[in-house]
Amino acid sequence: MTTQAKKLPGTDVVVVGLGWAGSIVAKELADAGLRVIGFERGAWRDTASDFNIASAADELRYVQRQELMLRTRQNTCTLRNNVTQTALPMRTWGSFHPGNGTGGAGNHWAGITFRFQPDEFHLKSHLEDRYGKQALEGLSVQDWGTTWEEMEPFYDAFERVAGISGKAGNIGGTLIEGGNPFEGPRRRDYPNPPTQQTFAPTLFAEAARNLGYKPFPVPSALASQGYTNSYGVTMGPCTFCGFCTNYGCANYSKASAIVNVLPALIRMPNFTAKTHCEVLEVRKDSSGKRATGIVYVDANGQTWEQPAEIVVVAAFTFENVRLMLLSGIGEPYDPVSNTGTTGRNYAYQTANNVQLFFDEGKNFNPFIGGGAIGMGIDEFNNDNFDHSGLGFVGGGSTRVTPIGAAPIASRPVPPGTPRWGSQWKKTTAQYYSASMSIGCEASNYSSRTNYLSLDPTYKDPHGRPLLRITFDFTENDLRMAQYVTGKTAEIARALNPSLVVESPRKAPWNNTSYQSSHVVGGFVMGADPATSSVNKHLQVWDVPNLFVVGASAFPQNPGYNPTGTVGALAFKAAHAIRTLYLKRPGEMISV
Amino acid sequence: MTTPPLAGLSRRSLLKASATTVAASAAAYTQAATVKGVPSWLPFDHNGPLHYQDQQPQFFSAEQLREVEAIVERLIPGDELSVSGKEAGCAVFIDRQLAGQYGTYERLYQHGPFIAGVEPKSDHVPRERYRLGLEELEKHCQQSYQKHFSELPDAQRDEVLQALEGGKIEFAGIESQVFFEQVLQNTMEGFFADPVYGGNRDMVSWKMLGFPGARYDYRPYIARHNQKLELIPLSIIGSSAWSRKA
Repeated sequence: MTTQAKKLPGTDVVVVGLGWAGSIVAKELADAGLRVIGFERGAWRDTASDFNIASAADELRYVQRQELMLRTRQNTCTLRNNVTQTALPMRTWGSFHPGNGTGGAGNHWAGITFRFQPDEFHLKSHLEDRYGKQALEGLSVQDWGTTWEEMEPFYDAFERVAGISGKAGNIGGTLIEGGNPFEGPRRRDYPNPPTQQTFAPTLFAEAARNLGYKPFPVPSALASQGYTNSYGVTMGPCTFCGFCTNYGCANYSKASAIVNVLPALIRMPNFTAKTHCEVLEVRKDSSGKRATGIVYVDANGQTWEQPAEIVVVAAFTFENVRLMLLSGIGEPYDPVSNTGTTGRNYAYQTANNVQLFFDEGKNFNPFIGGGAIGMGIDEFNNDNFDHSGLGFVGGGSTRVTPIGAAPIASRPVPPGTPRWGSQWKKTTAQYYSASMSIGCEASNYSSRTNYLSLDPTYKDPHGRPLLRITFDFTENDLRMAQYVTGKTAEIARALNPSLVVESPRKAPWNNTSYQSSHVVGGFVMGADPATSSVNKHLQVWDVPNLFVVGASAFPQNPGYNPTGTVGALAFKAAHAIRTLYLKRPGEMISV
Repeated sequence: MTTPPLAGLSRRSLLKASATTVAASAAAYTQAATVKGVPSWLPFDHNGPLHYQDQQPQFFSAEQLREVEAIVERLIPGDELSVSGKEAGCAVFIDRQLAGQYGTYERLYQHGPFIAGVEPKSDHVPRERYRLGLEELEKHCQQSYQKHFSELPDAQRDEVLQALEGGKIEFAGIESQVFFEQVLQNTMEGFFADPVYGGNRDMVSWKMLGFPGARYDYRPYIARHNQKLELIPLSIIGSSAWSRKA
């Protein structure tokens, strides 16, 4: 198919994917005067026409029928827990929700926007120093090849563009009361103050404070007030409508590429977006050390070659890795010989939950809320507590963030309740407003046996192999899940509910219920080409005019949501291209 | 029902105060497109709300509709909390869902091989599950009771449904549990979804739960912790009250 591609006139930069990462890189490079073409496999999405306020509050359409998600007919993955199994395709999304169209999964995200902590960027060294090498046995945790000091300016840039609302816990080394005491030193506070809080997060914060913890407002991409960002685009204040996670925002309140970046970018004469165009491969020259451009297929089935001086691949984790495997970039990872880097160190998130039921005295009005409005504590996250003798490393962010309660999906009832009939109805009505949950979004540390590869059997509509996920939770993460869920349940009991239901994450991983869309790794960053695919500038080892940006670069996943770091990495890559690469095209780091 | 586009527009103007907008917008495209500069914009150009004006069944035969109504009437029985699933329109909701893209899974990955015993057969898209399941249910009820399912008394219908849920009735061509789960899921969707889809008539389930529906601004209520708000629910369809002038 690709041999019939019609060749188009060249451009300076091609960007694959117009979600958060791709839109930011495209904007920053267009600002530098480069001619940029952005490719998007889905539709051009726009708040006013796609997320109109009169029709946006539609649970059936957006949650049950997954209107904003990539249609599996177009592309999906296959999954298995280990190499002895045959992977089966995900015919409907369950465990995670890849997006489609401009804005990508960053349209229907929750908006929780943490920075990773300083130790995260040298996690392997840090944990080995503190607990010894045996603490990481069976895990393939590694350092990022960058540092907190190098990341901090780009976290700041992303927070300014996305208009993050929050309360600083550490400005320049000075701890600030009411913020997160475990965060790394930041140059300045968030651009917007924290949002107001609803009842359940307020109760949780009180209980946590009484137990000696330090609760803080969860940093949120839902604007607490009107805000004009560094690109000159304006957001409206969040109205707590409760149609947030899985929905697009009709109020211009939830930050996304379509709200915060693309309105400014699309007006630039040196930027063009091509939508409904699926990129099939990154082309290399005969030396294999230079990307010559990309090949894509448009909605009419016509194949085109778009030459470019610089190629930036910034799609979702899965498509970044699949495109690299399909294009023969790097050596595919082999878990048996433990060689190759493309597909290596795939990791996820270990999502745990504690549900509280109250027979009397509580009315949570659970329909008031948003994906990132809540209170959290970090005492049991990452390495914020001493793991000596615990038998695991890692931890989770414990928090209450009621996202809204549209009732097809949100009808908590105690275990054992009938699923239909009069008793079902009575119990459903009784607890709809009398239940709350405390989540613990915990780390997931990569291992030798969890990886991404091309499926040998199942193909996409273009005849290309689907991506195959081989993944299960490790013993380390299962022990961690038990521990942090137990700690979370202690806080729950302090609220005197009638019933506490603890749900620590258990193996095997499966697709039956939503866990999180925080899929990371597979094309990771690092200082060593033997164990990483890109350097700290997101530049592909040995193909210096190719950059792969996104959560695919995370070597493992801490107990935090990834988007803040995805945004920071996009700024970091663009900054390196602008300040280093353009002056001297070629390897920015030689090994 | 009021004219749908007008309902949408009146809702938009009603909530204008909360719809703080940037001076930026662009049209959506359904085909491969090159987007440059300031694209034009039309409201609902690409992605308007769905409406079903036609009251006739669109997928089920009259007999099938009768049997589905007899099922949803027991899954969600009428009592002091709400009317039944039948009266709430759950069967009508299912009919309309099956008539649309959901009925054929046209958005879902349907390439084989399908592994027997692990996943349903490729042709078992929702339409097929209902067709086969209703046929088998009819056979079972004729064999056991010489009656349609819909002719059985409440208690006996409940027994049959419990047996289906527990996989205790043998169906040919489709597992009875697969059929039951499909119907249960769609019934709950119909009962709790926006009435625009044909179920949840008069927002009956939302009134039962205290869910205010398609409201889009709770700022006046955020600080009213632990209070019953008694908000009147709203649907995407709109409300005749909106076009009434005081």
